[in-house]
Amino acid sequence: MRFGVVVFPGSNCEQDVVHALRHLGYEASYVWHQDTDLEPYDAIVLPGGFSYGDYLRCGAVARFSPVMDAVFAYANAGRPVIGICNGFQILTEAHLLPGALLRNAGLKFICESVPLRVEQSVCQWLNLEPGTVVHIPINHNEGNYFCDEATRAQLEANGQIVLRYCNPDGTRNPDGSAPNGAFDDIAGICNERGNVFGLMPHPERATDGLSGSHATDGAAFFTAIAAQVGSYAKEVCGA
Amino acid sequence: MKQYQIFVTGKQGIFDPAGKTAQNALDNLGYEGVADLKIGKFIQLSCDDSVSPEKVKEMCEKLLANPIIEDFRIEQTGA
Repeated sequence: MRFGVVVFPGSNCEQDVVHALRHLGYEASYVWHQDTDLEPYDAIVLPGGFSYGDYLRCGAVARFSPVMDAVFAYANAGRPVIGICNGFQILTEAHLLPGALLRNAGLKFICESVPLRVEQSVCQWLNLEPGTVVHIPINHNEGNYFCDEATRAQLEANGQIVLRYCNPDGTRNPDGSAPNGAFDDIAGICNERGNVFGLMPHPERATDGLSGSHATDGAAFFTAIAAQVGSYAKEVCGA
Repeated sequence: MKQYQIFVTGKQGIFDPAGKTAQNALDNLGYEGVADLKIGKFIQLSCDDSVSPEKVKEMCEKLLANPIIEDFRIEQTGA
């Protein structure tokens, strides 16, 4: 099982992701944003950070990096693409996922561990029971998910909402539980096919028991890909 | 040389916390009557004469603005 972790100029979580993946027992390699061959990899991760300095809009410039054509082809082939934080922003700018990430409603950069509820979704890369609450760190200034109501309803109907911000017991406040103001408390979504998954929280920062309580809640976000991808690769690629 | 000025603003209904904060600050300073304050982006392009307004519109739609959350307005200045 080999993950490719794309490095854009200004990415800064790629080492965390690679460390986490190797810690979990997988192979992981850096993929420079000018590379265009993703064939060696069983899954692609777009990591967090500040690609191109977050200039213009978060992810707006990275979306046109040479590697992105290969990411489109990879995603369209049904293979696993996961975007974390800035990676999620890049996926929305690339229209691989709907909506956009706005500035946090409270104007503050937020860095804290938050409870998230796993929703019933078509996401292929999260093998947790709906209703499960996981605690994962968020670390962003532009994590306020936005889409129009019609899109939200479609996401809901298609089972594309994967994660919502919630209270520690899994309930949600009537006036919203998202620390960043995200619409409908949305923290992570996937495409209709369920193979492109974007989320603001950083599961790679919750994969090592040394880093505190709930410290391994993030591991499931990578182990599920690894568990599925063997059979999936055979089906899609005839490998 | 042609010059284009591009104004990018949040779409109606998109929460603009920076604008809201600045508006509150004006309020705190005692300025009355400011009903709304929106903060957007100003982009200035200096181009050779071959760059048409249609091409600039395309640049805005593709990169300079995100049509999901932003509106843009283009003004041509200079010859």
